[in-house]
Amino acid sequence: MTTDKATTVRARAEPIRAVPVRHPGRWVAVAVLAVLTAMFVHLLATNDAFNWSFMVDKMFRPPIIEGLLRGTVLMTVCAMLIGVVLGVVIAVMRLSDNPILRGVGWLYTWFFRAVPRLVLLAVFGNIGILWSRIEFGVPFDTQLGQLFGIDNLQLRLFGFSSRDILTGFMAGLLGLALSEAAYMAEIVRAGIQSVDPGQTEAAQALGMGRGQLLRRVVLPQAMRMIIPPTGNETIAMLKDTSLLLYVPVSVELFFQLDAVGKRTFQIFPMYVAACLWYLFLTSILLVGQYFLERHFGRGYGSAGRARLRLRGMAAETGGNPGKVEP
Amino acid sequence: MTELVVPAQADAPAAESDVMVRAEQVHKSFGPLEVLQGIDLEVRAGEVCCLLGPSGSGKSTFLRCINHLEKIDAGRIWVDGDLIGYRERGGKLHELREREVAAQRRAIGMVFQRFNLFPHMTVLQNVVEAPVLLGREKKAAARERAAALLDRVGLGDKLGAYPAQLSGGQQQRVAIARALAMQPKLMLFDEPTSALDPELVGEVLDVMKDLARDGMTMIVVTHEIGFAREVGDSLIFMDGGVVVESGNPREVIANPRHERTKSFLAKVL
Repeated sequence: MTTDKATTVRARAEPIRAVPVRHPGRWVAVAVLAVLTAMFVHLLATNDAFNWSFMVDKMFRPPIIEGLLRGTVLMTVCAMLIGVVLGVVIAVMRLSDNPILRGVGWLYTWFFRAVPRLVLLAVFGNIGILWSRIEFGVPFDTQLGQLFGIDNLQLRLFGFSSRDILTGFMAGLLGLALSEAAYMAEIVRAGIQSVDPGQTEAAQALGMGRGQLLRRVVLPQAMRMIIPPTGNETIAMLKDTSLLLYVPVSVELFFQLDAVGKRTFQIFPMYVAACLWYLFLTSILLVGQYFLERHFGRGYGSAGRARLRLRGMAAETGGNPGKVEP
Repeated sequence: MTELVVPAQADAPAAESDVMVRAEQVHKSFGPLEVLQGIDLEVRAGEVCCLLGPSGSGKSTFLRCINHLEKIDAGRIWVDGDLIGYRERGGKLHELREREVAAQRRAIGMVFQRFNLFPHMTVLQNVVEAPVLLGREKKAAARERAAALLDRVGLGDKLGAYPAQLSGGQQQRVAIARALAMQPKLMLFDEPTSALDPELVGEVLDVMKDLARDGMTMIVVTHEIGFAREVGDSLIFMDGGVVVESGNPREVIANPRHERTKSFLAKVL
């Protein structure tokens, strides 16, 4: 009899109607935030120093848009392209069996990561001081000539005037790209090392050489690890183009805004305009990054797993989905 | 009676061309740990040789020495008459270049415990990749042969699948097809069924038996006593980096002579 009763009770339990836990702290936080927001909006609306109409009038002027397209967007694209390609090369050098290549790779990353980007750009902006012309030919030709008694021997193939080749844009590009390559090299190296060593062994056992297995087996798998931080690097690069002010690169967004501000003695509105422009540009990249991450997380287990893999780059040691239990 | 037959076989002077793998006094250390302490072995063409032993006995390491995934510290290994990893000239050993080592490996197929399929390629691409990349075949011909190989291992309907979509047993069969695509003279199996669910072991062993029947020379590191007994032509029991006992598998498994072999077999049988 008792068992009968128990089974009928178990068949349908009464739904729980409990009093939920109260969160008074949240209401306090909302109140505080509301007051702060009101203060901020009040500041924006009433403080004349913002000079909104002036800002809106100036921030879409052609020189500023040109600076944005060339100095910011184009520079970001070019610097990242060179940085990624050179970064892969340096990462492969650092993982090479050849101690010389390894040493050179290490020296490169050490130098370009140790010098701040701003300082690096200032140096590249003034590197024309070293040479009036940049020429290609036999190195130490004059010295070699003296050794054999020939005066002023010149074995040059071709050359450029420094002023032609080391324009602000080129100097800035060089500085940003070379510095980016050092950071990308570290990211690519981590990506390559995250690929299961079994993959390399399998490729070796099939008779592939080092270059072949790197290109066909290891790098494509490392890409999944490399892409998300590269997105972060791109966003950082976009922001760092503002440092080109110190090269200087004149056809650049921040340079132009800064110039307008200084010329008109309305420096603050122009800096606000800079904030708005960079917010706009990085937001576009953030959206792009979101879709990129979603795309590269596909087909590798559950979404949560994939996201964990992409985010926790350092924590990941082996990315072989062959290990996933069927 | 049978005891008389086995040593007679071993003593028979094998023609040099008949020997597929010969190892002499192979030593290998990892730091202070001497994993292999002088391994001798001879595997004839068409023979299936099973390596048995407790974990840490050095059998997998020895297998990896045969295709130079591990460098040996002392001794010599020949595969089909070629000294592995070195060239002997004027009484001196010269290390082979990476390219030459890779060329040697092409004749030696290897199957791993963890399959190690390329996860970013489909089943068909996994099998086609090496022959095409290494210039063995044109793409179309390689695809055709790869499809035939995959059909042979029972995966003719999975050509477009990715490894992650397959069961462990299916993945391992793809791995076998991938190794066979290079048309090797010798196949090395490193515990091919140890990472599989028990119910999936059979399908992989069936493919290996089929391969053995076709006359492939195979060296198999395994814990599958049944496979060794049924398919093996020779069995080598290793422990602590040395060969403890070797001979005909049925013989050794039925009447192990050494204490170590006895106690090991008692545990796994």
